[in-house]
Order: sequence, then C-alpha cells, then structure tokens
Amino acid sequence: MTILPGNTNRPPILAAEPPKSPWGSGDDDQGGGPRNPWALPPGGRKPANKPTALDEFLKKARGGGGGNGGGGGFGGLPVSPNPRALWLIGAGIILLAWILYTSIHPIAPQERGVVTYLGRYSGTLDPGIAMTMPAPIARVVKVDVQNIRIENFPETGSENLMLTRDQNIIDLAYAVRWKIANPQDYVFQIDKPRETVRATAESVMREVVANQTLDAALGPGRAQMENQAQERMQKVLDDYKSGIVVVGVGIKQADPPARVNDAFKDVTAAQQDAQGVRNQAQSYAKQVIARAEGEASQFDKVYEQYKLAPAVTRRRMYYETMEAVLAKSDKTIVEPGNVVPYLQSQGARRLPDSVPAAPAAVTPTQPVTTTGGGQ
Amino acid sequence: MKGLWRHPIALGMAALILVILLAATIVIVPETQQVVILRFEQPVRTVNAWKPNEQFGRTGAGPILRIPFVDRLVWLNKRVLDVDYDNQQVLSSDQLRLEVDAYARFRIIDPLKAVNATGSTSQTESAITDALRPLLGSSIRNELGNQPFATLLSPERDQVMDNIQARLQRLASQYGVQIVDVRIKHADLPDGSPLDRALARMATARQQQAITIRAQGQKDAQIIRGEADAQAARIYAESFTKDADFYDFYRAMQSYRHTFGADGGPAPSGSTNIILSPNNSYLREFEGRGR
Repeated sequence: MTILPGNTNRPPILAAEPPKSPWGSGDDDQGGGPRNPWALPPGGRKPANKPTALDEFLKKARGGGGGNGGGGGFGGLPVSPNPRALWLIGAGIILLAWILYTSIHPIAPQERGVVTYLGRYSGTLDPGIAMTMPAPIARVVKVDVQNIRIENFPETGSENLMLTRDQNIIDLAYAVRWKIANPQDYVFQIDKPRETVRATAESVMREVVANQTLDAALGPGRAQMENQAQERMQKVLDDYKSGIVVVGVGIKQADPPARVNDAFKDVTAAQQDAQGVRNQAQSYAKQVIARAEGEASQFDKVYEQYKLAPAVTRRRMYYETMEAVLAKSDKTIVEPGNVVPYLQSQGARRLPDSVPAAPAAVTPTQPVTTTGGGQ
Repeated sequence: MKGLWRHPIALGMAALILVILLAATIVIVPETQQVVILRFEQPVRTVNAWKPNEQFGRTGAGPILRIPFVDRLVWLNKRVLDVDYDNQQVLSSDQLRLEVDAYARFRIIDPLKAVNATGSTSQTESAITDALRPLLGSSIRNELGNQPFATLLSPERDQVMDNIQARLQRLASQYGVQIVDVRIKHADLPDGSPLDRALARMATARQQQAITIRAQGQKDAQIIRGEADAQAARIYAESFTKDADFYDFYRAMQSYRHTFGADGGPAPSGSTNIILSPNNSYLREFEGRGR
C-alpha cells in the first residue's frame, strides 16, 4: 500500500523543476499564459513551435493547460486532479496486476503449495486454482511431491570403495530414489534437503556394506542390502522429520576394486578350468564304459553261439584269423631239425624271385620253400 | 490537510519516514527462523524459539513489533543443520589408521544460550557450526580410539555412532544445541600403503581360491576316470568270466588280427616275416597227412 503515495507524489516533484512551478499558479486562471513554463528559457536551442511527443503527452496530462492557450476556455476548472488521477490509475493497474498475480496460484496435479501468512504456516494447497492474500502478506512455496528424484553414488564414474565385514574392499555404485511426502516438513524442517539425503545415503550404505561379507555383497546379498539401506535411510530421515520418503535404493554395480579385478577374474577362470577338466573326464568315462559294454556284449553274442558248437566254432575262428593274418605277411616254412635256417638280415626281407642263390642256400634239402609276397 | 497536499515534497518525505518506521518496527518471523531480541545489547526475549513437537501454524512465527533502532535482532535457523568432519585420520585402539568422514545433524534449541555462547554476533549460526566442528572431531577421535577397527565393520557400528552422539551432546550443550544425529559416512583405510596392502591381501586370497578350485577340478576328474575304469573292468569281468578259456582264445584271435594289421585298422609299422614250422596247427593239413 505504500507504493501508491510514492507514485502520486512523483509528478509534482518532477514538475517542480521548471523555473516557475505550475502548481503555484495552478488554481489561477491562464494568467501564467505568457510565462509559459513549457516554453524554453531564452537561449534554448529548441524552438517552441515544435513540440516533441513528450511535450504533447504532458500537455494532455495537464489538461491542456499548456502555453498555447488552447485550453483557455476551461480556465475556471482546477486542472490538478487530472494528472493525479492518471497516475493513480496507472498505479492501480500495476497494483491490481500484482495482487492478481500473487494471489491466484495454479497448483499442478503433482504439486502442493505451502502457504505462510506473514511468516506463519497456514496450510497446504492441493492441486487446482487457489486464492490467497497477495504477496507480501501470503507466500506460497510450490513443492513437487510426485517427482521422484534420483541421487547417484558416486556422482561421476569414479571408484566408490567401501569396506566389508571381512575387511575386504568393494567398489559399489548405487542410486537412491526419493520424493517429498510431507511438503511442510520438507520446507520447514531441513536446511539442505538434497545434501541431507546424500549424506544419509552414503552413511547408511556404508553401514549396510560393513555388515556384509565381500562374497555376499558381490552377488547374492544385493537385494537384502538394498532393502536394508532403504529401511535405515527412511528411519534416519524420519528422525530428522524431513518429510522425505525413500522410494527405493538400487545397487547398480558391485565389483571388486579395479586393482584386484584380475585376481577375481582368475577365480572365475579357475572355475571354468575346473569344469573343463571335469567335462574331459566325463567324456573319457563315457568312452571307456561304452567300449567295455560294446566289447562285453560282442563277446556275449559270440559266446552264445560258441556254446552250441564249441569245437567247430573254435576251429573256424582260428582258421579265419590265421588266414587273414598270414595273407598279409611274408611266410617261410621250415622243416625243423634238418636245417639251420640262415636268414640274411637284409635279403630275407623279401627274397626276389630272380635271385637263385638265396633259395639255394636256404633250401638244400627237400622242404618246400614258398617265397613271395605276391599273394 | 489541504496544506500538506500543496507541499508534495513534505508529503513524500513524511510517507517515506512512515514507511521506514513501519519497516523498522514490524518484522516478519518465518517458520524456519528463530529470533533473539537484544535491547541495548541485552537479550530481552526470544521469538519462535524451538519447542518439541510443535505444529506448524501454531508456532511463534508471524509478525512481531520491536522498538526501532533500539532492538537488535539475531536470527537463528530453526531447521536441522549439519556440520561436517571431512577426511580426518583417526587411530583405532588396535593402532590402525583410518580415514574418517562424518557428519552431525543438530538443531538450535536454546537460542538465548546460543547467542550468549557465541558473543551475540549476527553470525551466530556459522559461529556455532565452527565451534561444533572441533568438538565433533574430538568426540570421534576419542570414541574410535577406544574401539578396535573391526567394530566399525560390525553391527556395533550403530552403537559407536550413538556413543559419539552422546559425547558430542555433552560438549555441545553449552551452545544450546541438540545433536539430532551423528553418522560416520566413511571409515576407510587411507590411500597409500594400507590400502595397497589390503588390496594385495584380497588378491592373494583370490589366487588361493583359484588354485583350490583348479585342484578340486583335477581331483574330481581323476575320481571320474577311476570310477569309469572300475565300471569298465566290472563289465568286462562279468562277461568274460562265463568262460575264461574261450575268452582267452577269442581275445587272442582279436589280438592277432590287430597286431598283424588284419582287422581293418591302420597297417602296423614294419613288414612281417613269419617262419612257420610244418607242425604248426594251421599247417597240419598242409602236407596231406591224415589225421
């Protein structure tokens, strides 16, 4: 409300600058005509007969009270209320716009408006259009209660090393999703909400990891860790009366530190190797057993038949085998007792038919010597 | 009145003075702040001081009046504030060096005490934070100095944090402060040799694991092979014991065929010369002798 008088006062102050105050003679008739305040003082460069736009405006503003004498007919009327009214209207429009702008609050569906009257909390606005007192009296802080905010740890891609219960070190990356559950607590209770969430998350996650062994943290314990972290974070934030609800904690990555990663990979490789060796043994086993079964059943089949006619079968098998064996070999038949066989180490390998000496040496007597691999 | 209208400068000045006076007299206290009013530097009262279980809207927030130019206001945050303790080295009771990162959350619950303790400057809030930081540090150092490192990596970590909070609360009461919570963010091995050692230990532990796994694999493989051999032997024996004599004969025949390359397999290396006696069973009929 204090703006209004300030605004209305301004034109008089401005107008007081001309050499002779028009306000001093404002109520008089056009007596001041010849001493027109708007005419430039002598020596002014600008001719009086070329009024600028500002001059025109001011003339109009002053109700034609200018020095042209055109308004002389209204000489009896006081002219002073007119400019004041104009300024009043202007100020009124500005004030009205201000009041409208600051007292109508469209609240989007995902928002709530926390209203304070002269600093004191008075209520929370639900979605829709709401009216309050204008700005210096009532203030509305809009809070987005549905937007789920995500905090990533670590913020950059660097390592985030943590100690596990068995004093090993793990590189953990995780994200916390949170939103505002209670707008007034969120606005009034916590100094730096986001920093609070981050600090709480870091502290809680380390505490949770410190209660897990490395092997559990690397794999099977993850879901449990996420739940624990969420639960504990919520408890801490409730203790602060922060009005924040933790929607979820997600472990994005749980790895051994880069510097020992090779050793960890080697464990995986060893598992593969061991499995490989086992597989080889399995295939050997399959092979050996299959062969045994095959041979055994072959023997069984033959034996079944052999039992029916042992002597003949035995003989037949013997001949067949000998036939097959001897057909592929060089053969020498020697009558025992009569001769000492002399076998040239070289020549005996394959005695050529065209050389008569060798057979002569070998066969001094009668026995039949069959030589040749021709068969 | 009309005379005043004729003197706009005077009017303007009067309005201005009025506004200044009003502004100096009426102060709006928001929900998030509490105020200590000092009259000639003597604290006279507090406004919107923290009380447990307050309902917003029924606190002391709102417009208040003061005597212009006489009353001075000291603003204090009413919200939960924090003080950090970053990257300090602490020695645990088993002489392990730790790098600790912790924070305390606190609230100014006795603004008068807070203002008195910090010399009633307008910077009370940051002065309190600055005063709490070393207190937090010494609380952490004292508590962790009495605990072995392993405690921090166990469920007793909670207890340790509670102990630190209790220590800090004792020290911080003189500032009119309530410690809401103390939490250890990091308690890690410092960079450099302690971390390297720990990583090396992890690596060797894994190597041991890898070697064990490989050895176990070998062992399993040998057991599998042995079992297979045993089973094969059992199968052979079951079958062949039906007639050991025939097995001997049958197997000999197979063996001959194989040895002399007559079983369709790869030809044996080296040629074969066979010297037979006519008395050989195979040649029994060769010389035409009757049976």
